Amino acid sequence: MSKNTVSDRFRKVDVDEYDENKFVDEEDGGENQLGPDEAEVDSLIRQGNLMGALQAVLKNPPINTKNQNVKDRAEGLVLKVLSSFKSSDIEKAVQSLDKTSVDLLMKYIYKGFEHPSENSSAVLLQWHERALSAGGVGCIVRVLTARKTV
Amino acid sequence: MAYHSFLLEPISCHAWNKDRTQIALCPNNHEVHIYKKAGTSWAKIHELKEHGGQVTGIDWASESNRIVTCGTDRNAYVWTLKGDAWKPTLVILRINRAARCVKWSPKENKFAVGSGSRLISVCYFEQENDWWVCKHIKKPIRSTILCLDWHPNNVLLAAGSCDFKCRIFSAYIKEVEEKPAPTSWGSKMPFGEVMFESSGTAGWVHGVSFSDSGNRVAWASHDSTLAVAEGGKAAVIASLSSATLPLVCVTFITENSIVAAGHDCYPVLFVYDAGKGTITFGGKLDVPKQSAQKGLTARERFQNLDKTASETKEAALESLHKNSISQISVLEGGKVKCAKFCTTGMDGGMAIWDVKTIESAMKDLKIQ
Repeated sequence: MSKNTVSDRFRKVDVDEYDENKFVDEEDGGENQLGPDEAEVDSLIRQGNLMGALQAVLKNPPINTKNQNVKDRAEGLVLKVLSSFKSSDIEKAVQSLDKTSVDLLMKYIYKGFEHPSENSSAVLLQWHERALSAGGVGCIVRVLTARKTV
Repeated sequence: MAYHSFLLEPISCHAWNKDRTQIALCPNNHEVHIYKKAGTSWAKIHELKEHGGQVTGIDWASESNRIVTCGTDRNAYVWTLKGDAWKPTLVILRINRAARCVKWSPKENKFAVGSGSRLISVCYFEQENDWWVCKHIKKPIRSTILCLDWHPNNVLLAAGSCDFKCRIFSAYIKEVEEKPAPTSWGSKMPFGEVMFESSGTAGWVHGVSFSDSGNRVAWASHDSTLAVAEGGKAAVIASLSSATLPLVCVTFITENSIVAAGHDCYPVLFVYDAGKGTITFGGKLDVPKQSAQKGLTARERFQNLDKTASETKEAALESLHKNSISQISVLEGGKVKCAKFCTTGMDGGMAIWDVKTIESAMKDLKIQ
């Protein structure tokens, strides 16, 4: 009897990929999601209307899109808005947001933690503290369990 | 609120007998222990040793006095009391992963087992062969089934799964029952038919409960949300994102009120308003006794600053349970007007909550 004992490439096959009952995430058609409007947000920051800028940047989150550039651009924009707030104004800004916006803000905060730049983490930590008191631990749990992130 | 600490280990699962004098629980090992109430304490009267793996689900059928248990050894046993001892009967579930939860149907002629094999085994007794036989519900389940609850019509079964969905299946077995009448979830109910599938919540579904009428189903999900769906022409789903840690077990105590508990170690009340289609947070049901604040000496203050960087020592959790609550069961009054319910948890303790006492202790709490 001869057996092919040389090739063991079969061991590297991922059998789960071929399972017909494999779990597939729902596709939600995110091709048209462009993220928050950069021009609008920039103009609001220049005018000094930081509350408005915050509301604008939390619109149209690029949750469903697979385009990484859109997501990075959105994250950068959010970071810009968050950094332009004075520490004393953060509390009021968070209070003005509704529940889903607080959840979305927390998602952006954690995304920002993933890729820190020189001052970003300090700013994000201040926002994190305020968002935590507004959204509670449940808000963080929702960031951890979300299948689709910003 | 009565609290009894049974063990140091977590209580994996529990079930009560009909008159609530005996409780069967699994002390986080391969056995099931049955305790009988003796005055104010509990005495162990039976030890059921048959499982080869941890017992993950126990259910006690009130009328027929049979216990069904399922475990990580991929088996389920139906125990009947013969004289003074419980005798097991093996049920072949035909699963190749651990069983996770088990529930008797309301008429107690069948039971359903949820497992890690991504299917639900619905088992019924076949008279000719004197043997328990099972049928599988497979599609469209994509992951482990964590929790089950039966509809009062004995046919519909709600299942919460790790594929982030709560579904209602038909578990109609033509050998043991008549064709069911139409319900608010649909009228055609062949075996394995999906009558309802949830959408909108992310996170594993840890606990599911039908209301007493069966027209509403509530589920608790790992993303700290609680959702309620109402059957009808268009199934309406209302959900509430809570600011607490995820809830793990949930039950209706009236048609509009839901009690849920989880990793925050205290039960919480939610109220469902059908007219507005919303769920509101009713209140924390664990009112801790205010302990007398002793004055701190300067020495203690500095000691605390040294040890824990804060001046006061926050020692223990204020809630009754000192660790996550894993299961909640209705003791008296049924799901339509529950008077007492029981919770067991990872701290090895069991607490019995009296609804009237809670209502009077919390002034603006309304359980309607």
